[in-house]
Amino acid sequence: MDTLPRDHDMYEIRWHGRGGQGAVTSAKVLADAAFRSGFEGVTSQPSFGAERRGAPITASSRLAHEPIRILSQVTTPDIVVVLDDSLLAVANATAGMKPGGTIIVNTVKTPAELGLDGGLRIVTSDVTGAAEAAELIVGGQPMVSTAILGAFAAATGLITMESVEAAISHAFHGPAAKKNIDAARIAYDCTRA
Amino acid sequence: MSDDVSVMTGNEAAATAARLARVQVIAAYPITPQSPVVEQLAAWVESGELSAEFVAVESEHSAMTVCIGASTVGARTFTATSSNGLAYMTEQVWWAPGARLPIVMCVVNRAMAAPWNVLNDQQDSMSVRDAGWVQLFCRDNQEILDTTVQAYRIAERLHVPVMVCYDGFLLSHTMMPVAVPSPEQVDAFLPPFTQPFTVVDPADPRNVGPVVLADPRADETGAVRGGYMEIRALHHRALLDALTVIPETDAEYAAAVGRSWGGLLWEHLLDDAEVVLIAAGSLGTQLTLTVEALREQGVKAGVLGIRAYRPFPVEALREKLAGRRLALVFDKALSYGYEGPICSDLRGSMLGVEGAPAVFGAACGLGGRDVTPDDLAEAARRAIADLEAGARTRETDWINLHLEG
Repeated sequence: MDTLPRDHDMYEIRWHGRGGQGAVTSAKVLADAAFRSGFEGVTSQPSFGAERRGAPITASSRLAHEPIRILSQVTTPDIVVVLDDSLLAVANATAGMKPGGTIIVNTVKTPAELGLDGGLRIVTSDVTGAAEAAELIVGGQPMVSTAILGAFAAATGLITMESVEAAISHAFHGPAAKKNIDAARIAYDCTRA
Repeated sequence: MSDDVSVMTGNEAAATAARLARVQVIAAYPITPQSPVVEQLAAWVESGELSAEFVAVESEHSAMTVCIGASTVGARTFTATSSNGLAYMTEQVWWAPGARLPIVMCVVNRAMAAPWNVLNDQQDSMSVRDAGWVQLFCRDNQEILDTTVQAYRIAERLHVPVMVCYDGFLLSHTMMPVAVPSPEQVDAFLPPFTQPFTVVDPADPRNVGPVVLADPRADETGAVRGGYMEIRALHHRALLDALTVIPETDAEYAAAVGRSWGGLLWEHLLDDAEVVLIAAGSLGTQLTLTVEALREQGVKAGVLGIRAYRPFPVEALREKLAGRRLALVFDKALSYGYEGPICSDLRGSMLGVEGAPAVFGAACGLGGRDVTPDDLAEAARRAIADLEAGARTRETDWINLHLEG
């Protein structure tokens, strides 16, 4: 799969999830994995303020080779990650995307079936299926927040799977870490452009 | 060193600093966006990773009261709050410095209600700037960790409490790489607080916190001690001494840990700058991008960051600003009916200084209103245009304000 150049000045990433789905965890683990992959400047932040379970939420990340000095929310992303394809209809996930940007969607559909605008690089991965296959289930729900990092690694090439696994092991311990890593590996393998 | 770097939020950086400082008593009441600081400390106390007493209280007023009690008997104490929590604590916020207790408090800057708003500005800590605490502002998460550790050294040398202020959400909830010094490095920099100045000893009973009226009075030995005004004058002198102690502490920290933060002020591209943009906190970080963009357009711009707001570094500011054309101060707070507090203080400090710049103020980011480096550059261009049109003073420029009509 084509990936993105590492020497770009700064990658701006916006996450779309639902409250409780773990987009903030995704952003946090990405920041750690990106730092471990050699990006010296990384930030991740939730959308500021209050969240409600189930409501659409966003988070922002930035990756660069120098310390990040901009703290605003990302509004013109290079990369958008959608944790749940039902958000495409309600969250305006492509708003402000830079031309040629990459959108990564957790879905069982093909890129063409998503009905997104042309001009974007559309990458899909059945991350929910990956979480189920890894038995990464909490409260009856497959957890996609870390597994999606496998799709991010495959779709962008900006972070290595080794760094994703190290970041997951830093955030989770014992059997939980292993299941999260397994799910991320499966998601990596099922990512399609 | 890379093994010691972790990606963490500003709140985690503050909690990590308190742990490294080996705080002995923590008392706090949760409030957004401060809560994760004390949640993390409570978890470390529970797991045994931090040997401290965590006192759960029913309010911020009680949190500071517990810190006052613990500090009075010589414990190293920590608390943190935000916004209305700080306001509710205010009575005791005044007591701590008056009693000369070296308490360290993180204020995770958040807008004051009403209306309710959980987002960032700096009105909360500005509202207690006159209470007699040292107030230090941080520009990123690394500075939060380093400054919180430094704060104990400053507080314990001067017997004044120190408020470490950092922007809610913008830093408190934003993850970025932070180098964590080793416990040995911090121990070498910050020895245990053992001075007997405040220890209550049953074998040596004393009256703590007596009423002190206007006139000097005799103590139990008959020696004449100062009245209220002398006590306040000594307190004021200690704050002024902080103008020396803050940079010294920063230098000692640099020797022990390898990082320094400029002491009282910090600067970016200031050397030949004619236009100086001034702010406290993370806004200063964004201003570094603004001045780089302005320089590409031929404007000789630089940043002067306020690290110490109290004591106010008057001499250092005069030295840095004499000979410049314009000082544009961005305040995330307002003295309603007047102007931004940093702007007022800066203008006052420039009076009578040869070659003093024009001082203009701008208000921004109130209640979390987003402000980008581009917005700040536009504000700078407006200020330059006003100056070139002959203005020497100006009304506060409200950035990104959308009033109807």
